Amino acid sequence: MTDDLLDALCRDLAPRPARRVGPRLGLALGAGCAATLAGVALLLGLRPDIGSAAGLPMFWVKLGYPLAVALIAAGCLERLSRPAGDPRRRMPWLAAPVLAVAVAAAAQMSLAAPAARAALVMGGSAMVCPWLIVGCAAPVFAALAWAVRGLAPTRLRTAGAMAGLTAGACGACLYGLHCTEPGGAFVLVWYSLGMLAPAAAGALLGPVLLRWR
Amino acid sequence: MQTTEVELTALMLAALDGDARAYRALLGDLRVRLLGYFRRRLGGAEAEADDLVQETLIAIHSRRETFDRAQALTPWVFAIARYKLIDHHRRGGRRLAVPLDDVIADLAVESGAAAADARRDVERALAALPERARQLLAALKIEGASVAETAERFGMSEGAVKVASHRAMKTLAERHSKGSVADD
Repeated sequence: MTDDLLDALCRDLAPRPARRVGPRLGLALGAGCAATLAGVALLLGLRPDIGSAAGLPMFWVKLGYPLAVALIAAGCLERLSRPAGDPRRRMPWLAAPVLAVAVAAAAQMSLAAPAARAALVMGGSAMVCPWLIVGCAAPVFAALAWAVRGLAPTRLRTAGAMAGLTAGACGACLYGLHCTEPGGAFVLVWYSLGMLAPAAAGALLGPVLLRWR
Repeated sequence: MQTTEVELTALMLAALDGDARAYRALLGDLRVRLLGYFRRRLGGAEAEADDLVQETLIAIHSRRETFDRAQALTPWVFAIARYKLIDHHRRGGRRLAVPLDDVIADLAVESGAAAADARRDVERALAALPERARQLLAALKIEGASVAETAERFGMSEGAVKVASHRAMKTLAERHSKGSVADD
């Protein structure tokens, strides 16, 4: 029986492309981000001053911070989508963008008048921002879950968490096109929360969503 | 016949480039290693170990693109084996594949009916499968057609027929052991 099976598996053996994990994840990321971008533009609306906002440093912090997290988390997810793939060399890099934003936020805070400091943390949208980021992450998470379960993750909880973090970071990055908050501390607290929530959900759902046969 | 890690990895790289002979040698070697692995962990449950070896070999085959060509092969193989073992325990250690004859016998006993009834039960169980899988199993196991004939009839390769029928049998076995076939 097993001999038959082995012969069957060897029949019609076609060469395989050297790279398939990266492109598959990239495709899912592209599709998910396109859906989220459409959602942000149509449902939330881009920030009204989007043309001139490119001159504001905070606009780039809000794009760059989640983008950096997304790229590093996607790199970890690429490892976790393979049996025996080890993300431990890539994972520590996640601290770098967080530290960079923390430094920028502290600098901005120290320069601000004491009365204005609370506003730099809470802004006007602290209570909706993480939720909207979670909403923005959902299409990316769905696309990534599809992509990863078609590969071969063997540590489903970790892979789920990393897929969630990648999706959360992509969601936050695109949400930054809508958000007009000027505070670095706001981004550090509420954007990070919005990115971590999908990561937690991914850790919970990973063993169910990513199971393959 | 102890193959080294380097040799195994080289065979895998050749297989990924389409070398069927290297692939056959690799799978033959891995089968022995996997059987040892599962036997040690299942404490002599021979049939289960055999099933898990097949499961793992099929997974290795269908997911072979997730092998990182810059890495060694055996950690990748045994990560899949461990995943399959955990999956097996999670499902309560049930046998993954039950020969159809057993299914027929069980159905006959459970329903307390004659062979004609058993056959109807089997057909009902088959009806719960996806259309193509059902036709395939019906041809192979009920009509008794050969793999080659079936492959020709369905316009599939023989390899694809074997893999698809293996999968369908497994689905059938799982449903059967959950009792959903006998109960409805």
